Amino acid sequence: MSDVSGVREEKPAASRRPLVTPVRVVIAVCLVAPFVALLWVGSYAKTEPVFIGIPFFYWYQMAWVLVSTGLTMIAYQLWQRDQRARAGGASR
Amino acid sequence: MTDGVNGVALTVFILFFVAVTVMGFLAARWRKAENEHSLDEWGLGGRSFGTWVTWFLLGGDLYTAYTFVAVPAAIYAAGAAGFFAVPYTILVYPLIFTFLPRLWSVSHRHGYVTTSDFVRGRFGSKGLSLAVALTGILATMPYIALQLVGIQAVLDVMGLGGGENTNWFIKDLPLLLAFGVLAAYTYSSGLRAPALIAFVKDTLIYLVIAVAIIYIPIKLGGFDDIFAKAGEAFAQTNPATGAPRGALVPGEAGQWGYATLALGSALALFMYPHSITATLSSRSRDVIRRNTTILPLYSLMLGLLALLGFMAIAAGIEVDNGQLAIPQLFENMFPDWFAGVAFAAIGIGALVPAAIMSIAAANLFTRNIYKDFIRPDATPAQETKVSKVVSLLVKVGALVFVLSMDKTVAINFQLLGGIWILQTMPALVGGLFTRWFHRWALLVGWGVGMLYGTAAAYGVASPTQKHFGGSSAEIPGIGEIGYIGLTAFVLNVVVTVVLTFFMRAVKAPEGVDETSPSDYTADAGDPGVRVELAKETSGDPVH
Repeated sequence: MSDVSGVREEKPAASRRPLVTPVRVVIAVCLVAPFVALLWVGSYAKTEPVFIGIPFFYWYQMAWVLVSTGLTMIAYQLWQRDQRARAGGASR
Repeated sequence: MTDGVNGVALTVFILFFVAVTVMGFLAARWRKAENEHSLDEWGLGGRSFGTWVTWFLLGGDLYTAYTFVAVPAAIYAAGAAGFFAVPYTILVYPLIFTFLPRLWSVSHRHGYVTTSDFVRGRFGSKGLSLAVALTGILATMPYIALQLVGIQAVLDVMGLGGGENTNWFIKDLPLLLAFGVLAAYTYSSGLRAPALIAFVKDTLIYLVIAVAIIYIPIKLGGFDDIFAKAGEAFAQTNPATGAPRGALVPGEAGQWGYATLALGSALALFMYPHSITATLSSRSRDVIRRNTTILPLYSLMLGLLALLGFMAIAAGIEVDNGQLAIPQLFENMFPDWFAGVAFAAIGIGALVPAAIMSIAAANLFTRNIYKDFIRPDATPAQETKVSKVVSLLVKVGALVFVLSMDKTVAINFQLLGGIWILQTMPALVGGLFTRWFHRWALLVGWGVGMLYGTAAAYGVASPTQKHFGGSSAEIPGIGEIGYIGLTAFVLNVVVTVVLTFFMRAVKAPEGVDETSPSDYTADAGDPGVRVELAKETSGDPVH
């Protein structure tokens, strides 16, 4: 199994499955989304709308803790499935 | 502040302190392995920790006492800019999801204990490995010192610091005691001690935050009042700079700084030796990935904690030293006994990371300086012995640092440490994914990044300091103010890439790569993971 996965990650051309699959694109989007959202500071540098007295700037970023966690969980689940499928496909 | 000792708070504090001390010594027997005289046992807890222990250990390690004191202190001082810690700790997790499992796998296959071990094995370069090791040790030392600053802040507020004219020995005695105890159980129990104590630390911290975030706003009239008062305070002109003290929301000019600081710090966090030590102690590759989905709970807590900075302003806390703002807020707001619990949370919060950091720095010294350059034939038992002694020296060094020098020196060095440690990323993370980079190009890139970062930080002035006044400066070519560490990192990568093309063109020797592609995806139970580990740690002369 370890040989197959090694081939997959380092020499994609030799593998039967393509390196980039729709599932992996979704995983990548899940992992990249927090960077886009949080590094674009201009999109959330404002006080309105206020939530229970807390300016937008603060509660929005704290909400992203939860959103980002959800996205990482999705990425984790998809990755598990991806790996199981590949392990199965490699006639283990 | 120095209106006598708070007896009740102090008693509670001491009770908790004694309890964790006992735990620290008993930890040596926890999950004890057959071969206790190996660096894997003492320095990595036998590489045996599951999801929950790793969660507590990493959480206890990354969210240090200094963080708890410094993040709200930054908010207290300047408002929005200090909140960058939240996006920073959000971005860390997608990053570690991507690269740390690979480091775990290759480290298990080859018995690597430190990042420098990996760099040496991957690039066949002792010089590059030494550069990574020295950077790691240099960056960790001031970080340990800052944990002491965290304990000092708590002791001060409890009235134990004594006045300015107290004899220095009496004044520093509590700190000396705390650190003596810490040193003793780290020496005897290794990484198992902070792993066990982290349970207490994190439980206390969560408890204190939960209470603080509900109880204090009720006493202060709700978040509306808190932010209104904070907004007024920030609008006041600071006499030193002639500009407003801070802002509730970063202005246009501050946004680059905010984003680059968040990104740069996120990239740097898992280059620190103590983060890697805690990661490598986990039982399987999956434990790490699973942890990236539960560790953000700490980021949420950090966000709530940061809000305490605003509460300190609204509560009218006036302190010269911003580090004391939060302990003082606890003392003013909570009943004495609960203030004691809160102080214990911060105090114990300093012990866990300090222990892990000293172990990580000691491992670096032992593996990548002692074994590589001084005693190549050292046995695992000798390695462990050296590591134990060095962990003591590192702590003594940090103690001397804090007691003999001004606190700002430690803070300056920690700021530099963050810039420095980021420069090891191309070798480490680059190496995990590709062997394309040339080892000499990486070494020169590292050097350029270190020099640029240090020089740029030296040139930053603040109202109170001529040099090292902050971690942000103008980004050459862009003209915005940004985090120096990230600018240095980009420079480092550019130099590395250009020189790699050059080295390849002149066919400079590449060095031997002892790893193979399958090493990076191996998991516990896969053929070779345990077997090779046993072979390496029994002193097989592979290197």
